[in-house]
Amino acid sequence: MGNPHIHFNHVSKTFGRSLREIVALNDIELQIPKGQFVCLLGPSGCGKSTLLNALAGFSLPSSGSIMVDGKVVTSPGPDRGMVFQEYALFPWMTIEQNIAFGLGIKGLSKSAIQPIIDGLLDKLGLKEFRARFPKDLSGGMRQRVAIARILALDSPILLMDEPFGALDALTRRNLQDELLRIWAGSGKTVIFVTHSIEEAIYLADRIIVMTYRPGTVKADIMVDLSRMRDPSSGPFNELKRELGLMVMEEQQRYDAAERTVTGD
Amino acid sequence: MMRHFLPRNMLIGAIVPVSLILVWQILASVGFVNQHILPSPFAVFIRWVAYLLPVEPFGESGKSWILWALSGELITDSIGSLFRVAAGFLIGGGLALPLGLVMGSSPLAFSLLNPLTQILRPIPPIAYIPLAILWFGLGNPPAIFLITIGAFFPVLINTIAGVRNVDGIYLRAARNLGANQSTLFLRVILPAAVPYILSGVRIGIGTAFIVVIVSEMIAVNNGLGFRILEAREYFWSDKIIAGMITIGLLGLFLDMAVSRLNAHLLRWHRGMDQ
Repeated sequence: MGNPHIHFNHVSKTFGRSLREIVALNDIELQIPKGQFVCLLGPSGCGKSTLLNALAGFSLPSSGSIMVDGKVVTSPGPDRGMVFQEYALFPWMTIEQNIAFGLGIKGLSKSAIQPIIDGLLDKLGLKEFRARFPKDLSGGMRQRVAIARILALDSPILLMDEPFGALDALTRRNLQDELLRIWAGSGKTVIFVTHSIEEAIYLADRIIVMTYRPGTVKADIMVDLSRMRDPSSGPFNELKRELGLMVMEEQQRYDAAERTVTGD
Repeated sequence: MMRHFLPRNMLIGAIVPVSLILVWQILASVGFVNQHILPSPFAVFIRWVAYLLPVEPFGESGKSWILWALSGELITDSIGSLFRVAAGFLIGGGLALPLGLVMGSSPLAFSLLNPLTQILRPIPPIAYIPLAILWFGLGNPPAIFLITIGAFFPVLINTIAGVRNVDGIYLRAARNLGANQSTLFLRVILPAAVPYILSGVRIGIGTAFIVVIVSEMIAVNNGLGFRILEAREYFWSDKIIAGMITIGLLGLFLDMAVSRLNAHLLRWHRGMDQ
């Protein structure tokens, strides 16, 4: 495996202070090789998004460090492109301008940008929307644009924070397949946050199950099912049952905590 | 957007004003009200046309046809008033926009300047009249000064709010895509604040239009505000009403122009295309 591509080196993160202190992440130690599709799975409050935001450089660890290719993460950067659940497209820019945003910052000339954009619009079926504004697009189409915006930068690492969480089931499956097609053979590393067990099994090479507060690694599971997985197959459902039990345990801890918070 | 202008809706919209004018005309015709207190709509219309038309016959002053046609009192007054609104608004808005951007994005600038802003903001521009005359004498300068103040605060307050309310997710997305501070400001914060800034512009122009009428009643000797006050001296109530109607129409056109501009600049905005 050689040197890990991404290394969470005893990462902890706390919010607030003294009595109100919340330990969101506690001593996360993970190594992720290049090209792996990793799903972070767990209920609300397990710190999976916190971990992703720390890797993105938005909110750095309170202790420990995150290394990417041997360098400590200190700020956000286009080498770790992020796709948000809320799309986060710039509503005042057309679809084309949204996709070109990062390339323009890189200092590429117009003539260099154009073919990249044309290729991505084509690849993601967005051609006829190029001059439209995000408000004219459905949720699924918007998320396609957000993915194209990251692909334009050719980030070696894709960070995805429940990107398909707000979409209907059919659109969701469509985009999952599209993401797998894009990822296959690209050599890109994907860190994908989800609370859907089925989504995690459908997509991931490796699933990290996290515990509810403090967030720690509860299980680290390799998914040994062959690609273009069938969610109705036996092995798929066996794994689903196994993971379901683990996630449910954490979900119950989350529910219990919620009740005490609302109880006082 | 343009739904008010469908023929059917225009017809419905005309019912109330037309009935009102009819009732008014009937009351005036039967002598129910003194015509010096409330002249008939017809008398107002005649006066309005006289106000609109050139004073001297064509050819006497050697002006070209177009200049002659535009030499009526109403036209000169309207141009005078609109010029003051434009000048005052450009100065006031032009100062408020950069200041608002700075105050909205720098907490230090905000802490330094916000208390003063909050103290000055509630003072109506009208209250500056004595000082304006003291400082600038009579004529256009005090009038433009008052309009500047009227336009300044709405644009300032809205610009600050616009910058401060930029959704954090856009900032995160832009930084993730590699944006530095200046890109972040010019391509994310500024456009995201545009809806707020434009609503400040609309309020600012509205205030400027109110202030111009008041300031013309005090400091200058032309303009729509001056004209209706002058008409009062002669008990020309028909001319007062003709002037008021002109002010109303001009205000309406101004607001329509701003709203067209809004619709264009905010064509990306949700809820802009109903």
